[in-house]
Amino acid sequence: MRLEISEPEIAQLLEIIYQRYHYDFRQYAAASLKRRLQQALTHFRCATLQQLQDLLTSDESVFPRLLEYLTVQVSDLFRDPEFFLTLRQQVMPLLATYPSLKLWIAGCSTGEEAYSFAIALAEEGLLDRTRIYATDINDGSLRKAQKGVYPLDRMRQFTMNHRAAGGHGSLSDYYHASHDSAVMSPTLKQHITFADHSLATDSIFSEVQLVSCRNVLIYFDRLLQDRALGLFHDALCRRGFLCLGTKESVRFSAYAQRFQELSPEQKIYRRVD
Amino acid sequence: MDVPGAVVIGGSAGALDVLRAIVRALPPVIPCPVVVVIHLPSHSSGLAELLGAETSLKVKQAEDKEPLVAGVIYIAPPSYHLLIESSGTFALSVDPPVHYSRPAIDVLFETARDVYGRNLIGVLLSGASEDGAAGLQEIHAAGGTTIVQTPLSAEVAIMPAAALALFQPTYLWSPNELASSLSQLLSGSAI
Repeated sequence: MRLEISEPEIAQLLEIIYQRYHYDFRQYAAASLKRRLQQALTHFRCATLQQLQDLLTSDESVFPRLLEYLTVQVSDLFRDPEFFLTLRQQVMPLLATYPSLKLWIAGCSTGEEAYSFAIALAEEGLLDRTRIYATDINDGSLRKAQKGVYPLDRMRQFTMNHRAAGGHGSLSDYYHASHDSAVMSPTLKQHITFADHSLATDSIFSEVQLVSCRNVLIYFDRLLQDRALGLFHDALCRRGFLCLGTKESVRFSAYAQRFQELSPEQKIYRRVD
Repeated sequence: MDVPGAVVIGGSAGALDVLRAIVRALPPVIPCPVVVVIHLPSHSSGLAELLGAETSLKVKQAEDKEPLVAGVIYIAPPSYHLLIESSGTFALSVDPPVHYSRPAIDVLFETARDVYGRNLIGVLLSGASEDGAAGLQEIHAAGGTTIVQTPLSAEVAIMPAAALALFQPTYLWSPNELASSLSQLLSGSAI
């Protein structure tokens, strides 16, 4: 049986995390957060959230580990291959008309999405003119993303994804195997800047032609979703592209009228003013 | 129990035909939402259409932040966990699979229990994994109504048997009883 925790207890913990560590989870969707906190309780051998709170305020090493429970996502290279196929067919021809490109991968976690974009851009002949900003709030994830090292046994699935996503080269052109690991190619890394950024508390940092933020907004409440969509709208150039997760939408947000659907199926939008 | 806040149904291998029979037998008006997690291959998203053909009730895939409405049957979207928030809305997540499954029945059952407590009906059908057993036990512990398909009647008995190993459910029903009696439970008549 799971350990019982109440929403007021969670709210108190999140307030302490915000005051002490300046990470703002106060507008995250509660049900997922609660499940993750219950897993953290087991890991830290705490019977109550109060115990975890005491641990958090007395031991500096606890927060980075707790952050893993609150934020980390495992992703794949070319997750949702149909999305990347649509991106190649409908978006990249339009991106090719820009002399230089900036892309923002928001909530990049351990980097799989950023490398997927870099590979697709390389195959379409666009990577040389592109800078990818890949951001996340978890420094540990960003360090892993920067290293770009993935278990070799995941490459079989990634290779199938890559092919289904319309990849015309071989995925192995973009990594080298080292022991049980696949290390992403330095030519990809040259074009990616991994950086700390919070959709809850930070503002925009550059004008970009495309934002991809897939399966991040589902973890936010409505107000925080609106904040994030506002940042994306402001960061995008006129007619810039916004990519959301397959089950995410701008439809019920304050920005419903500010984006136009390009691919309703793959949740690709364009900024309208 | 007063009017139930929701019915949550979980199943896996061998559950589809039973689920269709349950849905077919539902009365045209029901006092609460019904939420379904069935393990299916990640590419199959036609479950809503399939069930929709069996009933005049509205059947749809649940969307993130969508409010639950009485009389509607919601299906978890493929490859996402389906959760219920205390505000009575759905949430989705791509957190790791539970018992190798996403959506996981346990995730739906546990979050539903957190919201509806004793005013919840949980139903666990045929299936080849232990997903759902722990969640149904939580519904049971909170005083909700729990219904398990009899292992003998299940095409694959692992799922119902896993629940029975943990606790004694309110009702242990065959597919025929599931169809007729759940319908009665929702009509408010005595069983």
